[in-house]
Amino acid sequence: MEGIDGSGKTTQLGLLAKWLSAAGHPVFMTEWNSSALVKAATKTGKKKNALTPMTFSLLHATDFADRLLYNIVPPLKAGMIVLADRYSYTAFARDAARGVDRRWVRELYSFATKPDLAVYFRVPIDVSVDRLLARRVKLKFYEAGLDMGWSTNAVESFRMFQGKVLDEYDRLVEEYGLSVVNASGSITEQQRLLRKLVSQHLEIENHEQLDESA
Amino acid sequence: MSNSTNLPEPTETGRAGHYYSYGIPYLPIDNYPGKLIAIEGTDGVGRSTQIRLLREWLEVQGYGVIETGWTRSELMQPTIEVAKGSNTLNKLTFVLLYATDFADRLEKEIIPALKAGFIVLSDRYIFTALARAGVRGVDRAWVRNLYGFGISPHLVFYLRIDEKTLIRRVLQSRGMDYWESGMDLKLGDDIYESFRAYQRALLKEYTSMSEEFGFRVLDARRKVEVIQDELRRQIAAFLAESDVPAAAAVRAE
Repeated sequence: MEGIDGSGKTTQLGLLAKWLSAAGHPVFMTEWNSSALVKAATKTGKKKNALTPMTFSLLHATDFADRLLYNIVPPLKAGMIVLADRYSYTAFARDAARGVDRRWVRELYSFATKPDLAVYFRVPIDVSVDRLLARRVKLKFYEAGLDMGWSTNAVESFRMFQGKVLDEYDRLVEEYGLSVVNASGSITEQQRLLRKLVSQHLEIENHEQLDESA
Repeated sequence: MSNSTNLPEPTETGRAGHYYSYGIPYLPIDNYPGKLIAIEGTDGVGRSTQIRLLREWLEVQGYGVIETGWTRSELMQPTIEVAKGSNTLNKLTFVLLYATDFADRLEKEIIPALKAGFIVLSDRYIFTALARAGVRGVDRAWVRNLYGFGISPHLVFYLRIDEKTLIRRVLQSRGMDYWESGMDLKLGDDIYESFRAYQRALLKEYTSMSEEFGFRVLDARRKVEVIQDELRRQIAAFLAESDVPAAAAVRAE
């Protein structure tokens, strides 16, 4: 599940997981930048605002490699459905928005398992900002792109930085065939579409299994 | 500048003092006055002694010198230490943690120093990472792309020793540890056998990189002074033909 902050993807992911579990599918959740391995470095770097676009990119790739090994590949091998809150596309979008070479980041993540389905929750920047501010979320330094020094105002910086991230996501939709969900719609509307996308996929998998046993 | 041949204009990419490959787009390298000199080699070849002596010699001549070493970044050193102790690293995270450390030092130490006209003496360089990754079976093209943001040094000296000497020197100095014995490769339970196989594989990796990256190979089994003389002779020749005049030479005129 991909999308900028305030796109609602985490809410959608939670509802999807409930539905899949209720239907008897074993589900495993994994979240961007959550491994213990790089936590200390990320924390230090963020606290001191010491991360450069390159070290930011590499730390996230390290986190991803760690989770791939421990949290993504084993559940896949065990036949579970892995639901990833953000995947390599997040790196492609954010790192490019920070000025890292697009080709370099793509090759960096070439060790990643290609997802069976990648959904992008597309939301206009205004909607995303409204949602985050309504929740009284304090915009974080790196999420708001304050490290780029484009604006000292967090909201203004967020708009500029995430605007660039949105542009990058638009490239990715075409390049990687991401399924787009209009994330300005109602929660139930989006969830209905998401479940449809996922169930199509599960059906295909079932057909394959039937074919094999035939 | 005469250019009468039909050869295509060489690109900056990969040339000494420039990025190896894609580089860091937001930090364009523009004919910086500084020079980057890497001293490579396995453990026990006396890199730090040679660097200390080189620094002294260069500073006497009036060159500004900055040293940088592997895993010495402020950002990553604690994490790397913890990770090495926890045995949860796999070959990819192992490579990526070191690459992060290198990126941090490159952006915060090496590039600013080159820009300011320093001679940067690097105790180990990306070749250490490439060798360790190679031994662990990490895809060669992938790890070379990963380090494509590195700057190609002006000079790379590879201090080479043979397997036997290497093993004795490491045992004498700090003994075998888990990582330097390649125990993560699960070559066997016998730490000495694993250590030997690992160090042999590392030497092979360095040899295979000699040509690829234009190493100047020095026999590191010789006396410290002999190696130092050789290093100084080659560095002096390089500096003489490049545009960095020594302060001492200027004063003598």
